[in-house]
Amino acid sequence: MIEEPVLTKVLAHAMATGAEFAEIFAEDKRSSSAHLDDGKVEELSSGRDRGAGIRVVAGETTGYAHTADLSEAGLLAAAGAAAAVARGGGGGVRTVALTPVAADRGYAYEVLPEDVPKATKVELLTRANDVARSAGSSITQVSASYADSRRRILVANSDGVLATDDAVRTLFSVSCVATGDTGMQTGRQAIGHTMGYELFDRYDVEELAGEAAQRALTKLGARPAPSGQMPVVIASGGGGVLFHEACGHGLEADLIAKGASVFKGRVGEQVASPLVTLVDDGTMAREWGCFAIDDEGRPAQRNVLIQDGVLTDYMYDYLRARKEGRPSSGNGRRQSYQYLPMVRMTNTYLLAGTDEPDDIIASTEKGVYVKHLGGGQVNTATGDFVFGMTEAYLIEGGRITEPLREGNLIGNGPEVLRMIDAVGHDFAMGPPGTCGKDGQGVPVGDGVPTLRVTSLTIGGTAA
Amino acid sequence: MSAAHLDTDELLALARRVADRARPGEEIEVFVGRGVTTSVKAYGGEVESISSAQSQGVGIRVVADHRQGFAHCGTLDETVVAETLADARDNVRFGEVDEHLGLARPDGVAAVEQDLWNEAVVSFASADKVAMALELERVVKGLDPRVTGVRTATFADGAGEAAIATSTGIAAAARSTTCSLSVLALATDGSETKTGGGVDIGRDPAALDVGRAAADAVDRAVRLFGARPVPSQTVSVFLEPRMAATLLALATATLNGESVQKGRSPFADRVGEPIAAPALTIVDDPTDPASLGASSFDGEGLACRRTPLVVDGVLQGFLHNSYTARKAGVGSTGSAVRGYRSTPGVGPQVLVVALGHQGHDELLAGVGTGVYVQSFSGLHSGVNPVSGDFSVGVEGLMIRDGALAEPVREVTLGSTIQKLLLGVRAVGNDREWLPGGTGSASILIDDVRLSGT
Repeated sequence: MIEEPVLTKVLAHAMATGAEFAEIFAEDKRSSSAHLDDGKVEELSSGRDRGAGIRVVAGETTGYAHTADLSEAGLLAAAGAAAAVARGGGGGVRTVALTPVAADRGYAYEVLPEDVPKATKVELLTRANDVARSAGSSITQVSASYADSRRRILVANSDGVLATDDAVRTLFSVSCVATGDTGMQTGRQAIGHTMGYELFDRYDVEELAGEAAQRALTKLGARPAPSGQMPVVIASGGGGVLFHEACGHGLEADLIAKGASVFKGRVGEQVASPLVTLVDDGTMAREWGCFAIDDEGRPAQRNVLIQDGVLTDYMYDYLRARKEGRPSSGNGRRQSYQYLPMVRMTNTYLLAGTDEPDDIIASTEKGVYVKHLGGGQVNTATGDFVFGMTEAYLIEGGRITEPLREGNLIGNGPEVLRMIDAVGHDFAMGPPGTCGKDGQGVPVGDGVPTLRVTSLTIGGTAA
Repeated sequence: MSAAHLDTDELLALARRVADRARPGEEIEVFVGRGVTTSVKAYGGEVESISSAQSQGVGIRVVADHRQGFAHCGTLDETVVAETLADARDNVRFGEVDEHLGLARPDGVAAVEQDLWNEAVVSFASADKVAMALELERVVKGLDPRVTGVRTATFADGAGEAAIATSTGIAAAARSTTCSLSVLALATDGSETKTGGGVDIGRDPAALDVGRAAADAVDRAVRLFGARPVPSQTVSVFLEPRMAATLLALATATLNGESVQKGRSPFADRVGEPIAAPALTIVDDPTDPASLGASSFDGEGLACRRTPLVVDGVLQGFLHNSYTARKAGVGSTGSAVRGYRSTPGVGPQVLVVALGHQGHDELLAGVGTGVYVQSFSGLHSGVNPVSGDFSVGVEGLMIRDGALAEPVREVTLGSTIQKLLLGVRAVGNDREWLPGGTGSASILIDDVRLSGT
């Protein structure tokens, strides 16, 4: 993307006013998508975005500037703008010797989406539409989306790091509306992996469409969710968003450093039930949140955050790690070259336990079974978090009974972690997600086995 | 020299040059956008970061034989723009035939010229931006001994320009500037840490009020100490203007041609019928210069206009872009919304609620048992605009016998959008123009289910 002599020259220019650290992040992203709605393929869309961001650190201050102009002149101009923050410093000439970082994602892409004819991608949409519509006369609307992206990045910094990555992601989703006596209900299902078009050798879009339709149909007969506290069983693969919100964000070192997390100062303490071992793992091959290097040039890592209920470590980016004199944990990520990196999760999951999933349900007298979770949100300072249930059922007498309408569940992270009293042996990853923090979205994955929380507040409307 | 020095007229000229390449039987729309933003964050008495960002791009839509294709690029480089036009043309082949597809055409409605550009934003010195961010953090810390710091204290400004031209005769360009202060305060008492946000936004950096943003953030953080869940019950809900804006957005999310035509609006066949209590009147009005969301043109280059959506509780109609209007056999309401990365959607631009007669305090005095909402959480995961199901986490204060009482957290409010609209008891007369552009006011809603202990 950029020749090495240019990188060295731009880094030197960025450091010329006395900065302690400088970094070039260059990105070239190609994307394509196709959307079907109301029975018609509406349009194909293609995109290309290319640019570089220059970061300069001087004392406590970070300067950042970006440009869509990857020529030497464009990069030097951006470096000069970012370096303005260090104007008070000593300066001088410093030459950086760049050393390539060895980082391997451990697998190859089989079929690059750019090599697949557009007509083939479009055909997936019409197949999904046909299957969803045939699921029942109550299915009144179907939309389907295909999207792929190829994001090539290059990171070079004044520590001598030179690293590149080439991330190919492919995504497919189906959304259905079902209409009945009680109004309309929706069902959505998505698959997405960090892989090429071989995604569709592994997953069947027709099966996916059938599941989305079934989810909408099921909810037509759903009753209002209860209000108040009761035990909640989360299904295997239903979505690890529970842990993402209950403690994931609270373990990000930038929030810890600012005193904005209930988990500050708690490393080494028992913060969760002994059944809980939580991992954030950027190396998890082909998962939605995986990469070879993070957006600061650090190879992806598997980090154990909670081991048998004991808090073992936080997640770090370059800047936070540097301040604390330790290595980054490979969690420095950014939405694009237009943003500064910060501490972000990758694939966050709870390790399997030993309980029999059926027994977990059978031993629950009255509660809620959440088969599929939606998104969530957390206030890391208080630990209060919510997450949505997009497919849920009542548990009565140890059996799954009636479907429930959508709603949020609310709880407090540190309390909920202690109230996990059963963890199944049936681990599965959930659907692809996008995590938002301070206005930046990045792809993340999550996973859980079947598990039970002894008490959560169900945000329903029934007494 | 570089694209950065083109002025808005030159963006329009670029758009026209590309649109003029339309071949016989082909329509081309070119949307060019450019923005320059800076952001200064203060933390711990130091400048944490200074970011200066410039983004630009071109989105090209091609319609031929009632098929549509689209492509975008994140540059104004004319070689890449030409390749993007070729991509969009190629994509046309795969869109399905739809007789209503086509670009906007001039409809004779005159644009309300708006003066949304303030040179003072562009020329505001970096040192002044830094000083303002540092001052914001300092003032926040000094307001209450329990304030331990901020998560972020930010000065931000932006200058945006957009131009659109089509081979069907549309040519429009506009530019605007904004600047803002925002802060998230952290306050600690014993083992409890609370957060509160404050913001001030405008078109003139000299008019930004550090004290106002700081006081807002600190009041919100410290009033929540001791908050705990309350038992499940049915309550009234008091939404101050910034919270009421959320209700307005949810209420109007499906009042557009696309949702209606695709069977995703619970209000599709309700025009002329009451869908809300008589106290509620909502208008989409991007022509009101009081709003920071005001603009002269929509995303297809048609003049923005005032569109009543709900009057005295009765549904008046839906918002349209040129596609949904053509399909419905009506005129566009100038409601195409977009950036350069996508084709135009349709939606509200500046929601304005008509004021009631009572002031904030008077409205509050009429509440028996209620919740005064300070923040919602999980709006994206707990509100379904198609079914109307509504379930969100809240923190705030209980209202008892007409007065603010103990703080509450870790509870949810549950209802449906349909029921919330019918449950509106009153709208206040406390007009507030919010950062997102909405002309809001306090709204009081009865009969909402609170889920707690």
